[in-house]
Parts: sequence; structure tokens; C-alpha cells
Amino acid sequence: MAIKIISSSARISIYLNGEIDHHNAAVIRYEADEAIQASMPKTVRIDFSNVSFMDSSGIGFVMGRFRLVNGYGGKVEVVGLSERLYSMMKLAGLEKLVKLEKKQEKGK
Amino acid sequence: MKPLNEMRLKIESRSVNEAFGRSVVAAFAAQLDPNVEEISDIRTAVSEAVTNCIVHAYANSVGPIYIWSGIYENGIIKIKIRDSGCGIEDVRKAMEPLYTTLGGERAGLGFAVMESFCDKVRVRSKKGIGTVVTLEKRIKGRDSDA
Repeated sequence: MAIKIISSSARISIYLNGEIDHHNAAVIRYEADEAIQASMPKTVRIDFSNVSFMDSSGIGFVMGRFRLVNGYGGKVEVVGLSERLYSMMKLAGLEKLVKLEKKQEKGK
Repeated sequence: MKPLNEMRLKIESRSVNEAFGRSVVAAFAAQLDPNVEEISDIRTAVSEAVTNCIVHAYANSVGPIYIWSGIYENGIIKIKIRDSGCGIEDVRKAMEPLYTTLGGERAGLGFAVMESFCDKVRVRSKKGIGTVVTLEKRIKGRDSDA
């Protein structure tokens, strides 16, 4: 699991890479929250394009970041979702809390 | 009914073993020639059940997780994930979507995810004795991709 964070004053982009389970979620949560709390940006964008596996820990990760960011009036965007991850996020009703965007299909 | 083939695995309830547990079951299921979606379904459902053992059953300790899997006629795979942990007080409540005793980072969707990716999910639990989660799924195989 790897995480890359690109930060500007108005926006933080969090790029997740690899497998998100309960074990890996602890690390990415720590890194993400440190960056978010340092600048409290208006928009936090979480990119799942390179996530190869996710269980409900990934949903918990988005819900947790939503609570944090919503707490100071910011918003969360989730992008790069495969059909599978998109339907898992909807299982949690996350589309009511954050903007969900599917991955662009290759060759389209 | 006797399975055509079966496997057993015992792992300690350490979170680093979550990936190992789901990968072993997925590798065992590969003999049914599952498509990409089906293999992801199995990996995800097993990951949820193993995570439950780690965060709930053995919340303050490390204990054994027993994984058994059997292959049956017609592409059926059954997977049992058993622990000797604290047990679940109210199984029906525990299986409700978004219900969690932990809050915070846990979405409360473990069983909902298992149910959405498997054909059958059965949970038997006894307070102080442990829990057995049985997953069942029919693998249609790669020919069904199209």
C-alpha cells in the first residue's frame, strides 16, 4: 500500500495505490489526516484509480475523512472508482455525503 | 455432502495476516476457473470475515483464526472462518448494515459486504465461545464473462 499526497492551499489530492484493508488503512489514515489537519483545505480529493483491492475498510476510510473535513466546512471528492468500488461506496450511502466519480474506462 | 476437495489454514489474528488469509482462499478457489469479479468477491468477503476476527473476536488479544474451504459439485465453494474469541451477543443486530460497536473508522458494513458478494452467509456465535462464519458461492467461471 502506498499513498501520495499533493497539497496546495485550496486542495489536497490523496492518491492511493495497492490494497486497502484494515491493516493498511491505519497507515494511510495517519498520513492523510496529518496533511489535512496541517492545511484544512476546502477540497480533499481521494483518488482510487490505482487501488487493486478494497474491503469495507476503504469505505470506513472515506467516511472518516468525510467527518474530519466536514467538521471544518470542507468537502471530499472520491475519484477513479472502478464499477466495483463505486457500488461498494454506494452500499454505504456515501453518494449522499461525498462526490463519487467513476474511473474513465480505457480506450473510451 | 462430502466436498470434492478441501483445505485448512490456521493463522494468528494479526492484521498483517488479512492479506495472506484472503489470498490463500482465492488461490484455492482458482481451480474453479473463476472470472476476475468472482475472485474479487471471494477475496473481499474473506477479508471482511478475517478482519472481524481481529477487531472484534480477539479485540484485546491475539488468537487463532481457522479457515476451512471446500469445493463441491456445480462450482460451489464453501468457506468457513472460525474463531474462539468473545462471540457475538446479538447476531442479527451485528449483521445490520452500518451497525458497529466500534464507530470511528469502521463502517459497520462487514456482513453487508459478505452478503452482497456471496450467495449465502451464515453466522453462528456463542458468547465467550466464538463465532463461525460460513460463506457459500457458486462460481460460474470465466466462460460467463461475456
